[in-house]
Amino acid sequence: MHSIPGRRLILSLFLIFLLLPIYWLVNMSFKTNYEIVSTMTLWPHQPTLANYMRIFTDESWYSGYINSLKYVIINTIISISVALPAAYAFSRYRFLGDKHLFFWLLSNRMAPAAVFALPFFNLYSAINLFDTPWAVALAHCIFNVPLAVWILEGFVSSVPREIDETAFLDGYSFPRFFIKILVPLIASGIGVAAFFCFMFSWVELLLARTLTSVDAKPISAVMTRTVSAAGMDWGLLAAAGVLTIIPGALVIWFVRNYIARGFALGRV
Amino acid sequence: MDKTINQKAWFLVLPVFLVVAFSAILPLMTVVNYSMQDTFGNNQFFWNGVGWFKELLDPSTDLGERFLASLGRNLFFSAVILAIEVPLGIVVALSMPREGWRVAACLVIMALPLLIPWNVVGTIWQIFGRPDIGLMGYVLNSIGLNYNYVSNEFDAWATVIVMDVWHWTSLVALLCYAGLKSIPDAYYQAAQIDGASRWAVFTAIQLPKMNRVLLIAVLLRFMDSFMIYTEPFVVTGGGPGNSTTFVSIELVKIALGQFDLGKAAALSLVYNLIIIIVCWVFYTVMTNAGAERRPVDTGAK
Repeated sequence: MHSIPGRRLILSLFLIFLLLPIYWLVNMSFKTNYEIVSTMTLWPHQPTLANYMRIFTDESWYSGYINSLKYVIINTIISISVALPAAYAFSRYRFLGDKHLFFWLLSNRMAPAAVFALPFFNLYSAINLFDTPWAVALAHCIFNVPLAVWILEGFVSSVPREIDETAFLDGYSFPRFFIKILVPLIASGIGVAAFFCFMFSWVELLLARTLTSVDAKPISAVMTRTVSAAGMDWGLLAAAGVLTIIPGALVIWFVRNYIARGFALGRV
Repeated sequence: MDKTINQKAWFLVLPVFLVVAFSAILPLMTVVNYSMQDTFGNNQFFWNGVGWFKELLDPSTDLGERFLASLGRNLFFSAVILAIEVPLGIVVALSMPREGWRVAACLVIMALPLLIPWNVVGTIWQIFGRPDIGLMGYVLNSIGLNYNYVSNEFDAWATVIVMDVWHWTSLVALLCYAGLKSIPDAYYQAAQIDGASRWAVFTAIQLPKMNRVLLIAVLLRFMDSFMIYTEPFVVTGGGPGNSTTFVSIELVKIALGQFDLGKAAALSLVYNLIIIIVCWVFYTVMTNAGAERRPVDTGAK
């Protein structure tokens, strides 16, 4: 009763549609530029690792990955640690302006990055954080913190209130209850929220590019600039693209059992 | 579900408030400030009052024409991708296998496009669609279609839309799948006993259960497509001509390209206002839907 007729076909077609462009990128990353431009081959006939070697040996390339990972990790840590207490508050208490605050947070998740690019540039230049991972990490908080609050609130709400009350009766102080009891209970929710913070910070380009120039340049910016400077080095571009997919693929594997619930923001 | 009133909860919310206020309110004040002024470089500013806003909403001026045209294109784009992605996402979610390793495999593959940096998504489709080196462009041209997204407006639009469908349908599908998973088996058994048709099961059980997640899906997809920037920018650069220039692309052009701070700021405010209004409508509908859901619905008739 759960399924619909022809479901295998539909699903297979959809998955092929998803994988085909990615396959083409992977395929191209193992080709030489000569093969890419001169012939149309469905798999690399003269497979080469030269494109990957170039990225791993050239510092201006691999430092881009390190810079990106730096701000993504800082951002995830900040977002989760400030969002946890707030999620608990929104889930358990009613307080002055709670609904308005929640909506305001939500509206920031939806604010277009393009609106903030220029003011952020001014702001972070003024406080001397421009071109550091901190600038990008803090800038990405504008959409990741609300998202983390939203997801975690759903997960906290699924923990029965009786657990809090029992803990307090047993003499737990609030911080101790929080760390010893609540956090382990919603560990999967924290994992999902961290996954989403990682994801949205990792895929964002506009702010990351605007707030960095040399020292903290993220990989996405390295990609766009080098391509225009070096003519069109398709193989190298494809290899760099493939390498940006890998961290995401690894992270998905760890949270695969929670993905569906996480995408529903803990609200199913 | 009954929450206690406790004003001290503000202390728990304070860190979030400070972090987001730092990133949201301070920059927004700069924007408001700029939007009332004109600049001729050298950090000299002149008071312009509501001049930019008047120009922005008047299609006879250059700024107004560009803004309203890109807004129209953007709304059309959002409407098209919603019309494709929502039904497709539902169908895919209904087609998911029930259990076993296949579920995990499908979920991982489906989540993959969501985790690719947006400029790489653009790059993937830029390459994939090229007639000389891309599989899609090559195949389309060799079966006789004259496909070229660089010079042909329709092809550029089709590419951007297919790219977005590729990129985000999974999100809708995953949300719907999560909604479907929460339906207890008893509902289906009851439907079977009643002899309900496949369609009746869908409209009476599955769709109502997916209501809430679908609302989230539509909200997220509308918002993200309304502020789309990177992917079409990488693929088409807003062209050919201005045919795929969406609001964000126009805004970045004015702000970071021409450094026309006053115009850019005014555009930003109007843009943000539209988003907040739409967001508020969704939020209200969503909280109301949540309140109505309280009494347990009886499922199949």
